[in-house]
Amino acid sequence: MKHSSDPAWDGKYVIDIEGLWTKFGDFVVHRGVDLKVTPGEIVALVGGSGSGKTTLLRQMLGLETPHQGVVKLFGQRLELQDRDSLQALRNRWGVLFQEGALYSALPVFDNIALPLRELKCFDEEIIRAAVMMKLAMVGIEARHAAAMPADLSGGMVKRIALARALALEPELLFLDEPTAGLDPDRSDSFVNLIRELHRELKLTVVMVTHDLDTLFELSSSVAVLADQKLLIKAPVREVIAVPHPFIKSFFLGDRAQRAIEVIREYPFVV
Amino acid sequence: MSVEPLAPQLDISRSAEGVTVTPRGRWNVQGLANGRGGKLAHVQVEGLKHLLAEQGGSPAVRWDLTQTDALDHIGALMFWRAWGGGMPAHLRIDAGHELLFTHFSKAAEVPPAARFDPLAVLVFIGHELFRFADHMTGFVRLLGQIAIDLVRFARKPQAGPWREISANLYRSGAQALAITALVGFLIGVVLSYLSAKQLKQFGADVYIVDLLGVAIIRELGPVLAAILVAGRSGSAMTASLGVMRVTEELDALTVMGIPQGFRLLMPKVVALAVALPLLILWTDAVSLLGGMVAAKLQLDLSISYFFNALPGAVKVANLYIGVGKGMVFGALIALVSCHFGLRILPNTESLGQGTTSSVVASITVVILADAVFAIAFSNVGI
Repeated sequence: MKHSSDPAWDGKYVIDIEGLWTKFGDFVVHRGVDLKVTPGEIVALVGGSGSGKTTLLRQMLGLETPHQGVVKLFGQRLELQDRDSLQALRNRWGVLFQEGALYSALPVFDNIALPLRELKCFDEEIIRAAVMMKLAMVGIEARHAAAMPADLSGGMVKRIALARALALEPELLFLDEPTAGLDPDRSDSFVNLIRELHRELKLTVVMVTHDLDTLFELSSSVAVLADQKLLIKAPVREVIAVPHPFIKSFFLGDRAQRAIEVIREYPFVV
Repeated sequence: MSVEPLAPQLDISRSAEGVTVTPRGRWNVQGLANGRGGKLAHVQVEGLKHLLAEQGGSPAVRWDLTQTDALDHIGALMFWRAWGGGMPAHLRIDAGHELLFTHFSKAAEVPPAARFDPLAVLVFIGHELFRFADHMTGFVRLLGQIAIDLVRFARKPQAGPWREISANLYRSGAQALAITALVGFLIGVVLSYLSAKQLKQFGADVYIVDLLGVAIIRELGPVLAAILVAGRSGSAMTASLGVMRVTEELDALTVMGIPQGFRLLMPKVVALAVALPLLILWTDAVSLLGGMVAAKLQLDLSISYFFNALPGAVKVANLYIGVGKGMVFGALIALVSCHFGLRILPNTESLGQGTTSSVVASITVVILADAVFAIAFSNVGI
């Protein structure tokens, strides 16, 4: 990809995690996790409750530091960066938090404009056009631009949060439970939206999800966290074939049957 | 590493067939903002904008957008604006990049800001009046609810929410002992120290006992303790009710059939009405101690004289007034805090606003009530 004209990065792995250990007190969450994400992939991170999906995501974002091991994004370790290069690096990814995490003190427009304004190099005219375009991209009408986040429904908050995550045209997008709390109709359209954006902006996407529909329709590979390790990272068809109790109950339980139907109906997606 | 090798730039070449503009480098946010933005990046963007504007106006210019290392919406936006909101006649572009421009035609403009309406002031005043009336009716309703709950409690005290009352008593009473003692002692010292100097001028040293006694027991102790409790426990009550609203705990209580008023609000009111008089006695005592120490140091007034003169100087009615005030202040603070806590909407913005308003309102209400007391009992105890 041409995007990655970065001297410090060979362009091979967007995310490169090696030998990662996480401990909470004496409780070991990750026991040597290795995870590599190549450009353009959509990786779904799955695992049971307490398997440390969210912790792993937070470690990738630099919100937490692992006990041991190396986390590299775009070939660089976050904890070794000085303030400026860390900021430059952070501008290369966007994050959609589970509850949206829109700033409640700012109206919708300013929420999306904030990352652009922080750069302090674009004038208001460009920022305004960019924000309105992002809103149109996620299907939010212009009249909602002045609304406060508290006045919006959960689905709209998620869309606007996605628009904010995309404000700086990131190369990498993190999604934490992108469809949790949305009704099936809304979550379908949200999945479509992300798929379109992925195609158009050539994003790399890492998402944590429990929702099998989302996982089947969106992910190009699935990373399974269980037994404190990364069991496998492969396309969903290969993952299903692995005889592990967690994978069996996750993908082949009753709950999963509907999603399996989806995979039969739309085999081209996976 | 923050200086990227592929900064965005424009090649402008002139040949026989006309001017050709060829953008090179990274025309994306990363390239334009130089990674993290700032002054240099601003200069770069402004320069490019200027160059683009020079060329964008003329339809004869040929544009070759195939030589960029990267192009995203923001970069595309800069071209789009230079072209005056449309594609130029002579353009070479990759198919993938052409997609970027389709979004601009779809994006709506920002709706214009509402114009000034002369009636807006009137509407604003009206809204505020309605809001005030709403507060008042809400407060009266809460008062009625608490009254009903108190009657229920008085009828069957054994079935009352004793655990809740005890917990509130501990939280807003026992845990406030240290801070009220500290502030009370210091105020006692300050008051004694300053008045001692004045009294010395008139040779009226011994009247320091009267002055401190009446001032602290009747007025300063109650108000000081009430304001501290309003800031400390009142805000905590509002915030905890607000958080319970945000996390739907209040709804969960209602669904389980546990009455909010009886189990959540009334215990707070009762506990504070009991705790504040006790805190006032404690604050009085510590303030007088502080005054006593300062008088000993400043006027060399012996501690034993202070103790002997105090009963004669301050009528016991003052103590009753102080404690009575405490009960009223305590109940008022709890009521106002609960009132604001229940009005908090399920979002974080409202939580902060509600807590602030609650503390401001309860301190105001305490001082208002104090003024009423001062007028009503002006003939008693002095």
